[in-house]
Amino acid sequence: MTDRVHVAVALDGAGWHPAAWREHSARPAALTTAAYWRDLVRAADEAGVAFVTIEDALALGERFDTAPEPRTDRVRGRLDAVLLASFLAPLTTRVGLVPTVTTTHPEPFHVATGLQTLDHASLGRAGVRLVAGSTPAERANFGRRADGPTGLPESGHVEEDPQLVAAFREAGEVAQAIRGLADSWEDDAIIRDLESGRFVDRDRIHNLDFSGEFFSITGASIVPRSPQGQPLVTALAHQSIPYRFAAEHADVVFVTPADPAGTGAILAELAEAAAQVRTEPEPLRVFVDLIVLVEDTADAAREAWDRLEARAPLVTDARIVVGTPDDVVAEIRAFAEAGVDGIRLRPARLPADLNAIAEEVLPRASALLVGDDGAPTLRERLGLPRRASRHTRSEVSA
Amino acid sequence: MSLNPAKRQIHLAAHFPGVNNTTVWTDPTAGSQIDFASFEYFARTAERGRFDYLFLAEGLRLREHRGRIHELDVLGRPNTLAVLAALAAVTEHIGLVGTLSTTFNEPYELARQLATIDHLSGGRAGWNAVTSSDAFHGANFRRGGYLDHADRYVRASEFAEISKALWGSWQDDAIVADADAGVYLDAERIARVRHQTRLFDVDALFDVPASPQGRPVIVQAGDSADGRDFATDHADVIFSLHTEFEDAQDFYRDVKGRLAARGRDEESLKILPAATFVLGDTAEEARERSREIALAQVRPETAITYLEQVWNRDFSGYDPDGPLPEVEPDTGPESAQGFANRHAAVRARIAKLRETAAAENLSIRDLIIRLTANHTFVGTPEFVAGEIDRYVQERATDGFTVVGHLTPHGLDEFTDRVVPLLQERGSYRDTYEDGATLHDLLGLPAVRTGAPVGV
Ligand SMILES: Cc1cc2nc3c(=O)[nH]c(=O)nc-3n(C[C@@H](O)[C@H](O)[C@H](O)COP(=O)(O)O)c2cc1C
Repeated sequence: MTDRVHVAVALDGAGWHPAAWREHSARPAALTTAAYWRDLVRAADEAGVAFVTIEDALALGERFDTAPEPRTDRVRGRLDAVLLASFLAPLTTRVGLVPTVTTTHPEPFHVATGLQTLDHASLGRAGVRLVAGSTPAERANFGRRADGPTGLPESGHVEEDPQLVAAFREAGEVAQAIRGLADSWEDDAIIRDLESGRFVDRDRIHNLDFSGEFFSITGASIVPRSPQGQPLVTALAHQSIPYRFAAEHADVVFVTPADPAGTGAILAELAEAAAQVRTEPEPLRVFVDLIVLVEDTADAAREAWDRLEARAPLVTDARIVVGTPDDVVAEIRAFAEAGVDGIRLRPARLPADLNAIAEEVLPRASALLVGDDGAPTLRERLGLPRRASRHTRSEVSA
Repeated sequence: MSLNPAKRQIHLAAHFPGVNNTTVWTDPTAGSQIDFASFEYFARTAERGRFDYLFLAEGLRLREHRGRIHELDVLGRPNTLAVLAALAAVTEHIGLVGTLSTTFNEPYELARQLATIDHLSGGRAGWNAVTSSDAFHGANFRRGGYLDHADRYVRASEFAEISKALWGSWQDDAIVADADAGVYLDAERIARVRHQTRLFDVDALFDVPASPQGRPVIVQAGDSADGRDFATDHADVIFSLHTEFEDAQDFYRDVKGRLAARGRDEESLKILPAATFVLGDTAEEARERSREIALAQVRPETAITYLEQVWNRDFSGYDPDGPLPEVEPDTGPESAQGFANRHAAVRARIAKLRETAAAENLSIRDLIIRLTANHTFVGTPEFVAGEIDRYVQERATDGFTVVGHLTPHGLDEFTDRVVPLLQERGSYRDTYEDGATLHDLLGLPAVRTGAPVGV
């Protein structure tokens, strides 16, 4: 019998298809409203989705978009994902909240404390998807660093552009800072000791003293340790350098095999990278990304897909599944058999395909899915134990 | 009783207790300063009390004492922006204002974060722009080092200008979302923001649509001449420390007097000084409670630590109930708190302490009580309500930023006992108007960014 898998859902604007906002079921004028996101994430929460990811970027256009004016036929404009996730935390109960963070421009210290706070507000459901950043548009928006990649090289291989490779090294430092600051307060640093008059025991709070190639951080976090200890660190990876980055720093990696048969090679490459660079104690969890469009019949699904594609073709590395709820279940089964830990479904249309996932797909897939056993935190729900702070002194036995 | 139009309206902000000695954690009822439940409780109380906004301070590095982490006071707090965003989900009316540095942020990112909170809260976001710029805090940030003191308000001012330009860069109707025509965006209605100076090199297209308030409310809390200029140029509210009546009136007159020259109306800048309070059924009981609370706020070790921070010396052998130490300070290269203190400032500070102590023959502990636990309003609820009303009617303030000494329920008593009396006086709202933005609550002129030009 194959192992059961987790299901996550990736949220972005009106959905992953660039023409999705033109569907009747879309709410294109509401994409930056509280109500829109509350409805989406509550639907995922109630359906038992393990976590949702929320896309973000630090520029108006798409990555490496060089046009001086924004496109007018695509969804443009969004909210800060970490804050959106924080807003959603008190409105949900079980679902993990995994916002995207671009690693080049934001202050790693702010990113880390923001994620710790998300973990406090959600009582242990915080994660992050790290994106190695720095596009020309982002650099112009910030105006602080002139250097950086201008696009993917012709070959598409990250390793051929030293600037892109550097961006991944910087993302690695950000991951280290996030984990290190999360560990800087031991669990029991707050002692409220009336006798000595001390609120904290300073021996249980540790300065980070991180000094890297791209930035340094001296102090401890301003935020006491959060329910999960560390947030769930995730990344999307399509090729060698990102695989290596994920193998070294992530808890969960999202990958994009063309079909179930192509999964083995990716798992093998990840395992090889992990054998070389992984320092995290738990094995890397691998989720497969699937773009899904779901209708009651195959014909209706095909018709909807053709309508979208006629308006704006979707360009993606991820496998696309257009069909009935049973078709999506069959895909989940095939990838589960290929040995992955989870599936991240990217709804082609929001809210339509999310609702179909919640109401039609997940109930039919229940025999394939890891159930929610009420684990107290997102990490534990995914089978990752809560970490003790790296500074917690092991008991010295006499 | 509803608002009396003949009276000046009182504005109140609710300051979540901070990480200094005035927040009493030794009280058996004191709760977590970090659990979200504490913030939610506090926000609900403030909303029940019809406050204009909830206010969070910010500290970007844990306080230290003589090179080690300060242990005696509440320590640690959440990320300001993330808490405000979460609070937007559990409140309906109250403004949400956070203290955020202009030195250790970049305009594009902070502007999009504040605009995000403004969207999620339906127009209730605010920003207390502070300029702390020392190396101690800088050591946690990419910038490292520190910004020259003289440049802190130059950067703050340009930061505010860029932010305002970004917030105003999307016209209200930039999103067309015409599905049939396939037009989502009208690119003509989004302006590029360029700002090239010695301190910034921004050429930006903002990625957050115009938010409900147009821009968040801007608060300023700094007392220097440069700080006041920043306030009259950019702020909607000043969080001051001037609470003594005549001093408050002077400050009020000075600041409001500068507005006309900048083409601003007096009502466009509100002054809400920090205020503490202690209530009692009688004046006598209130005075006793005030003394008890002060003693909890300034424990013997707190008093000694305070002096050690100023002198940068070990005073563990001194009696907190005795006189000030006679010794000279150790004016090393930098002060213990990390603020880039100059030697002269330390000496001037000590001279001031000696003067105050001598004038009233105060012990170390009583001196520190005088400095950090001198409660603004002490008396019966009737007295406190009367005083607040008097300050506002007689133009000493537009209201107060109220801070209690207990987390998270330190505001309960004020809300239950003082607020109804303010409402009876007709100078404080008894309901929120549906859909009011924070600008509306504060009686500030609305900001309409890029509203379509009339037909
Ligand atoms: C009432 C008040 C509250 C303040 N709160 C904060 C705070 O929470 N965080 C912070 O970094 N600075 C805080 N400050 C300091 C800064 O506002 C200010 O940037 C700094 O003192 C330098 O400005 P100045 O020279 O004009 O006073 C506060 C100042 C005042 C007067």
